[in-house]
Amino acid sequence: MADFLQFNEVTKHYGSLTAVNGVSLNIKRGEFFSLLGPSGCGKTTLLRMLAGFERPDKGRVMLDGEDITERPPNKRKVNTIFQNYALFPHLTVRDNIAFGLRVAHVAEATIKQQVDEMIDLIQLGAHAHKKPHQISGGQKQRVAIARALINKPEVLLLDEPLAALDLKLRQRMLLELDQIHDQVGITFLYVTHDQGEAMSLSDRIAVMHEGRIEQLGTPAEIYETPHSSFVAAFIGDTNFFDGRVETVVDKDYCQLRIDGFPSVICYNDKRKQPQDLVHLSVRPEKFRLSLEQPSLPPQHNLVEGTVQEVVYLGSQTKYLVNVQDYSLAITQQHSRFLLDQRPIKWEDRVWVWWHADDGYMLDRYREQDEALLEMPAH
Amino acid sequence: MVRRIAQKLKVEWLLTMPSLVWLTLLFVIPTTLVFAIAFKPADPWGGIGAGWTLDTIRSLGNPNYPAIIWRTLWISFVTTACCLVLAIPCGYYIARAQQRWRRLLLLLTVIPFWTSFLIRIFAWKVLLHPDGHVKRGLVALGLADESTMLLYRSEAVLLVMVYTLLPFAILPIYAAAEKFDFKLLEAARDLGATPWRAFRQIFLPGIRRGLLTAVLMVLIPSLGMYIIPDIVGGPRSEMIANKIAQRTFVDRNVPHASALSAALTLAVMAPMLVVLLGRRKREVS
Repeated sequence: MADFLQFNEVTKHYGSLTAVNGVSLNIKRGEFFSLLGPSGCGKTTLLRMLAGFERPDKGRVMLDGEDITERPPNKRKVNTIFQNYALFPHLTVRDNIAFGLRVAHVAEATIKQQVDEMIDLIQLGAHAHKKPHQISGGQKQRVAIARALINKPEVLLLDEPLAALDLKLRQRMLLELDQIHDQVGITFLYVTHDQGEAMSLSDRIAVMHEGRIEQLGTPAEIYETPHSSFVAAFIGDTNFFDGRVETVVDKDYCQLRIDGFPSVICYNDKRKQPQDLVHLSVRPEKFRLSLEQPSLPPQHNLVEGTVQEVVYLGSQTKYLVNVQDYSLAITQQHSRFLLDQRPIKWEDRVWVWWHADDGYMLDRYREQDEALLEMPAH
Repeated sequence: MVRRIAQKLKVEWLLTMPSLVWLTLLFVIPTTLVFAIAFKPADPWGGIGAGWTLDTIRSLGNPNYPAIIWRTLWISFVTTACCLVLAIPCGYYIARAQQRWRRLLLLLTVIPFWTSFLIRIFAWKVLLHPDGHVKRGLVALGLADESTMLLYRSEAVLLVMVYTLLPFAILPIYAAAEKFDFKLLEAARDLGATPWRAFRQIFLPGIRRGLLTAVLMVLIPSLGMYIIPDIVGGPRSEMIANKIAQRTFVDRNVPHASALSAALTLAVMAPMLVVLLGRRKREVS
């Protein structure tokens, strides 16, 4: 059976700029699916093509077996939560929510009943008669959700819906969105540049970059096994090493040559051959750290370095450790806190080690991506 | 505290003074004079007689006037309606145009103001003349015959009034449309509205202030329009302002002209008051 929602080889140009470049995507019914990427990666264009605000230059958009590529926005069983909610300023909360039903010529008595139910659901009974400028950001968001859901769409599109809210409210609305998805059970397509939002909400994520899908998978797959340096750096933090494959040890492992390091053993799922240039990506929490030299079983890598910075964060501590030319970001959870144990301090000589399976080999990224990799998460 | 409030009031008074003096000297006093002269008798030599009388006011009941007042009203309202119908799409498209196009279109809107009002009206007289290009074109297309007269009729007055007043409608509507959030139209479409419905129920209410301003900017000058009916209109397209001019310069009956002027002023102020009161009420609620 064909998937519920499909983009087939969709391409969209704006003048000389290619916003979306041959994207194919299948989304299942009821799925919470996120399009994640930096601004200008094409995620919003993709969403707008599903909503009907943009027409693809090439390719088709299919919903539930029907080709909706040419259909105008008002003929699609799809509703959108806009970035700044786009509530109608001259209508009350109640009339905003009722808008879709009025347009559909639903009987006024039915409208009243359904709007009442919606207002109860979003708990805005006391504000139903107010205009959008008289309610708070979180309330506006709820009105936008109610206004969309009352039309019983088959897909709900969310275009950076939390971007306009402050951090605390964002966290609360994140939970609310998750609950709403569980309650209504329809397909959610969520567009965001915030990897935290995408990771915590989604069943699956498509990471987009320059109009293409860089990687598609569950949050864990994308975090643990990024397909490219771009994905590795965009999702969470990571440390990159420039390396070259030295020898292939057996069918699973190889030895890497990294300048200034002893030979590094690494899991070789990509079947790299000697002399191949690679990046080795190691997440900050995969490192272990100690003041004394540990005795390690095989398959571990051990280097010595100097602590450059220590940032205590309560639940964890972040270290910056200088090893040769590299400055490694290392995060350690505090499993237990012993006052008599000497803590690691600034300028300490420390030993850093990691298991071969915790390093992840990637093709070298392109130079123009480096700027993106340094982009902060927000 | 009290002193500070008094101080503040004093400053406010000082700041308001210039405009207050201006308004009093050039608006309140002349208007009052016009209203007062309407209650004076005329003397036979074109001056104002002594004493007070209601005869001039009574003369407004002259059976010629209802037809002229009716014509003034319909030409003004039709002009306003035509200007709105033309200006709304103009304002919409200028507001949606790219920045560089927007500047050009706005420039094109105001360029007519660089030419004297009077010269532009005479230009229309040339265009609509029996030997003018418009007439020739219509005849060539079979839409008019040789005997059709385009000039000196109410339709000519209407056409030239719409032409003259259109920028005054476009500019406030553009100003409102430029501030309008066009995402709202997408939201309406997303919720199932047709383009026309989104335009009607979301765009028009969104620019209602601009629409009100446009109505005032077109309707008020229309009601008092004198020069256009005088030049392109004929005896049967006279408007109330023409009558006022005639009373003043031809009949030399200043009180009579004043009575007509007073009636016109009241007619012009009525829609303005309605709009202002409406605004006040909305702000209070």
